[in-house]
Amino acid sequence: MNTTPNTILGQFNPTAVLFFFVFIAISLGVTFWAAKNTKSAAHYYAAGGQISGFQNGLALAGDYMSAASFLGIAGLVALNGFDGLIYSIGFLVGWPIVMFLIAEPLRNLGTYTFTDVVAYRLQQKPVRVASAIGTLAVVSFYLIAQMVGAGNLIKLLFGMDYQLAVLIVGGVMLSYVIFGGMIATTWVQIIKAVLLLGGTVILALLVLSKFGMSPTTLFAAAADKYGAGVLAPGKQVSNPLDAISLGLSLMLGTAGLPHILMRFYTVPNAKAARSSVMYATVFIGFFYLLTFILGFGAMTLVGQDAIKGIDKGGNMAAPMLAEVLGGNAFLGFIAAVSFATILAVVAGLTLSGAAALSHDLWVNVVRHGSADENEQLKVARGATLLLGILSIVLGIVFQGQNVAYMVGLAFAIAASANFPALLMSMLWRQFTTKGAVTSMLVGTLSSLVLIYFSPTIQIDLLKHEAALFPLKNPGLVSIPLAFAVGIIVSLMIPEPSAEKKFHEAEHRIHMGELME
Amino acid sequence: MEDNRLTAVTRLAAERWRFSLGLTAAMMVIYFGFILLIAYNKPLLGTLIAPGLSLGILLGALVIVAAWVLIYLYIRWTNNYFDRQIAQIRADQQFEQPSDS
Repeated sequence: MNTTPNTILGQFNPTAVLFFFVFIAISLGVTFWAAKNTKSAAHYYAAGGQISGFQNGLALAGDYMSAASFLGIAGLVALNGFDGLIYSIGFLVGWPIVMFLIAEPLRNLGTYTFTDVVAYRLQQKPVRVASAIGTLAVVSFYLIAQMVGAGNLIKLLFGMDYQLAVLIVGGVMLSYVIFGGMIATTWVQIIKAVLLLGGTVILALLVLSKFGMSPTTLFAAAADKYGAGVLAPGKQVSNPLDAISLGLSLMLGTAGLPHILMRFYTVPNAKAARSSVMYATVFIGFFYLLTFILGFGAMTLVGQDAIKGIDKGGNMAAPMLAEVLGGNAFLGFIAAVSFATILAVVAGLTLSGAAALSHDLWVNVVRHGSADENEQLKVARGATLLLGILSIVLGIVFQGQNVAYMVGLAFAIAASANFPALLMSMLWRQFTTKGAVTSMLVGTLSSLVLIYFSPTIQIDLLKHEAALFPLKNPGLVSIPLAFAVGIIVSLMIPEPSAEKKFHEAEHRIHMGELME
Repeated sequence: MEDNRLTAVTRLAAERWRFSLGLTAAMMVIYFGFILLIAYNKPLLGTLIAPGLSLGILLGALVIVAAWVLIYLYIRWTNNYFDRQIAQIRADQQFEQPSDS
């Protein structure tokens, strides 16, 4: 029988476990070294600002190329052809926006979180509370996606129980973040980025070697096997407004993801922030171009029926391709890389959530901005522990959710809650505290409410006949709404003190120094 | 002198935002042009321009390349123009400072 998958996936795989333990041992070694160098809040949140542009570029890539990209997109392309590529491209085009509008001003104006920038010339407390709500909403959705992905993956790759897998990811991640803070997180992300890029390149080269090193020969073989339709847009994009809404969320969401924005504080200056986005975009773009080859390669060499036989969502396409091309050992390597991928992303997310809780809420709201280093570190580590436990609980509660869809929603909330307020606070003189707070709250709430009334929740999940809101992704409505509310409220109730400080903020954004 | 410097920074800031927002608009036009083609003209993107290479796949790869090109333009402008203007503003101030105090 051709359709019976001939694979060892889902069984105990000693090679995968060996590679996995090597990675864990190395990364815990890094954590031990990082812990000795983590002496202050600046070390804990921002690695003391001592990461170079190139290193940060790799770490950004490691933070961004999640399991959803590697496994999810390869699977989507393998099963749907061209439609899967829409995600590849959407995930990349957010990076130029980060470069042009966000990276350097953020580095110059803030210290640990993007809220530092929004709150710079506004009233601290209301802005920080509103922004912490938005940040935690984004981080929670993103964490659900990663933890659910981790649980399923490890179950399939190592033949391990789902809940045990979620516990292991949560536990290992916590030991990185609690003890090693941003220094350990950064190095785990760098190691993971190198492993993931290396593994993808080898896999792509192995695929191409079967097709005379020509991608078009590969695409032609895929079209021969499954019809020319796999090279054209298909049924996945049936509603044009849905495609635009998802596109808008992916593009502007990157510039509002708290764990990505936080990385810009780890470099010494704005110029290093600039070069880090350049490196990140080169690595990430290259990686997404390779997903074209992985996806079509899995479609042709593994076969759609075999992929669907192991996992209906297609998430195992890349590991199965590795097994077909490189045997058991290569499957073990790719499996361990996938695990490392999830660990690195979860670590970055947890750290940014912890910064919102401890730096924004505890230090600046409860303590009015005056807490000594010792207390800041203690609170930061406590918040990390809290979020780590939360992520384990979320992962177990939300078992079975679609990973790529949850990531799309996290991007939509980030694009609505964080991006409008962040952009207006830097660009627009008349932006006010009330404008920022209402924009962030309306952005968060409207995207959450619209998600609840979307066809995915109402029809697919709750089995209702119709949905109040027609789109799967709320971005097309919630992003313009957050901008509009911020503008209208700021114009209705001016704030002269914030307007007066605009010069000072502008000076710091561009000159990168305090005004004398 | 402080006023001179402030106006210089404000003028440069306006120039920088104009350039950045222009590049942002270019990226959005390219990306949403691609999305709108996917949404409204699927047969066109299915056209084969070489064996195995559909217009859709080529344009998709070109969107990624376009992102790289726009970032290159930004880096070139900031390294060659913006950074120098900032350095100039700093130098002018240091030059004026002794007479000021």
